[in-house]
Amino acid sequence: MKLARVVGTVVSTVKDENMQGKKILLVRALDASGQVTGEPFVALDSVGAGVGEDVFYARGKEGSFPWHPQPVPSDASIVGILDPFNFPTRESHTGTEGTQK
Amino acid sequence: MIIGRVIDELVSTQKGEYFHGQKLLLVQPLDLNETDMDEAVLAIDGADAGIGDRVLLVQDGFAAMHVLGQFQVPVDAAVIGVIDQIDFFDRQN
Amino acid sequence: MILGRIAGTIVATRKDEMLRGKKLLIVQLIDPETQEAKSPAAYQVCVDTVGAGARETVITVSGSSARFSSGLADHPVDSAIVAIVDTIDLHKEEEL
Repeated sequence: MKLARVVGTVVSTVKDENMQGKKILLVRALDASGQVTGEPFVALDSVGAGVGEDVFYARGKEGSFPWHPQPVPSDASIVGILDPFNFPTRESHTGTEGTQK
Repeated sequence: MIIGRVIDELVSTQKGEYFHGQKLLLVQPLDLNETDMDEAVLAIDGADAGIGDRVLLVQDGFAAMHVLGQFQVPVDAAVIGVIDQIDFFDRQN
Repeated sequence: MILGRIAGTIVATRKDEMLRGKKLLIVQLIDPETQEAKSPAAYQVCVDTVGAGARETVITVSGSSARFSSGLADHPVDSAIVAIVDTIDLHKEEEL
């Protein structure tokens, strides 16, 4: 799995029927210190993540497995939300300073 | 598999139920000079590894699912060994 | 599949049960033309299934297919050495 921060949402009406009802999010990769790197890309949410949260996502074929046996065509799917204190240097999405680990 | 170093242990409360009870290790892939390469990977722990350990990192769904003991679940990386020793036949540059 | 050269060995005592007794080798990718190793970042740790030795040129297989190698069915590995290379005969584009 890789780390990312949710930076936006995508709305799509016409899409694969197996994507119906699933939240499409825009995320950006995080490095090991919790800093955003790279360009935004699209990931499908399986855990109820929201904008500002740090998440981890499964890539490739495994991206479709949160909904198994439903064959969801996703190659990047959010499978967990990191608790806010994981990156002490980062200001949390509520605007307060993260607590030290 | 590649060589990695465990640099952190991350905590997630809200996650897929298949992750429950699993240690989530942030692993930095290393090249043969033990220099960082590529981005860190979040892997489940199948070898009781800890921060600072050099480990064998698999980035393959089946291998990771084997560690979890569950299949058709969205995991794609796992630590499957803690490295004691690396020997090179010739000196690396 | 890729061409590589056996560059080293790895010892790991604490590991997945299914890796017990498996030889773990470091394979450095090589340029098929010069047969020189590429960068230190271009390597794999592989399970040896053919008895490869120091500095030999080998073929490795990656991903799910690695589990089709002999003795590795259902094993948690993603790269295996499946052949030892005797010779490489590479023709330049202008010769074809």
